[in-house]
Amino acid sequence: MESMAIADGLQARFPEEILQCFSFQGQVGVGIRPDRVVEILGWLRDDQAMRMDHLRSLCGVDNARRKNGGLGRFEVVYNLYSIALRHEIRIRAQLTEEDPSIDSVVSLWSGADWMERETYDLMGIRFNGHPNLRRVLLPDDWEGHPLRKEYPLRGRGEWVGITDLQAKLEELDAHGFKADDPGPEAGDAGDAATGKRKGDC
Amino acid sequence: MGEVTVPSMVRLEEGVRWIPGANALLGPLNKLVNWGRAGSIWPVTFGLACCAIEMMDAGASTNDLDRFGILFRASPRQGDCLVVAGTVSKKMAPVLRRVYDQMPEPRYVLAMGSCACSGGVFDTYAVTQGVDQIMPVDVYVPGCPPRPEALMEGFIKLQEKILKEQFRWSQWR
Ligand code: SF4
Repeated sequence: MESMAIADGLQARFPEEILQCFSFQGQVGVGIRPDRVVEILGWLRDDQAMRMDHLRSLCGVDNARRKNGGLGRFEVVYNLYSIALRHEIRIRAQLTEEDPSIDSVVSLWSGADWMERETYDLMGIRFNGHPNLRRVLLPDDWEGHPLRKEYPLRGRGEWVGITDLQAKLEELDAHGFKADDPGPEAGDAGDAATGKRKGDC
Repeated sequence: MGEVTVPSMVRLEEGVRWIPGANALLGPLNKLVNWGRAGSIWPVTFGLACCAIEMMDAGASTNDLDRFGILFRASPRQGDCLVVAGTVSKKMAPVLRRVYDQMPEPRYVLAMGSCACSGGVFDTYAVTQGVDQIMPVDVYVPGCPPRPEALMEGFIKLQEKILKEQFRWSQWR
């Protein structure tokens, strides 16, 4: 089926949910309201004329600096493909800045699990009903969501894991090899009671 | 009685001589130890990104690091030298340090590529700006990625450094 025909099918089935239709270079995207996303994508997956059995990718977009308006602050983009019928469509769910959250589609495609976690990790979009919504790329105790436009390139402050490591290194460095250390035989005999030599620890 | 001939000695390295007939090496102990160490660098591979491909290539038959006595080991317990080949993300930094801490003395670190030397193009929130922030580095090999010849040059520099060392014995930790 042509992508435009799929978009028309969606428009006919969910007229009040469809916001906009985008077409560029033969690829068609459909902007939707986020509230009934599971129902819409479930219909695309199960309808006999659509059969979108493959979720190619799922990602977030931050539109904060986009020139042409009319879009939400955030989008969640679903690229769907039908392996059986070899047609595709892109669904773009529009989210507001105040409430960047949307229902999880893990119940439809279990492969969405880590993609939703990545979108949450980097973009801060929450997926309601996700079985395990933790960070996947960054450490669990990371602060902030780096792919948001307001996040500075070099981050805000140092990650606690690095500061902990640096504190540990200072402690370890006291015991390490020093190039100008004259070696054990050059030092004194050490503490006879403990049998320890200077330089040992 | 025939004449006593002084066996001619072959100079293997600065301060290390070999007496062919006697099957013996002659030299100060630290020079002999350094000579042994420099000829048997066993690096732990720590391939993190694209540079790892060049490191593998340096070990393969065209460049053949084996002829320097450089045999890649997959365990820090058997390694003398840690080759950090690639981008060290901050999440990886504690892991990398743990691998380094598991290596026995004497141990050396070779930072391969711009990323490991300085963070390279990734001056971002997620990347350690140079592996020397978390461990002492002996040789820096710049390049993005360095060619296998450059890595080989780095190993030769490391050998030169080892040969100049004075009394580097193990320490208990
Ligand atoms: S220095 Fe270049 S080739 Fe090496 S890991 Fe970094 S980006 Fe990749």
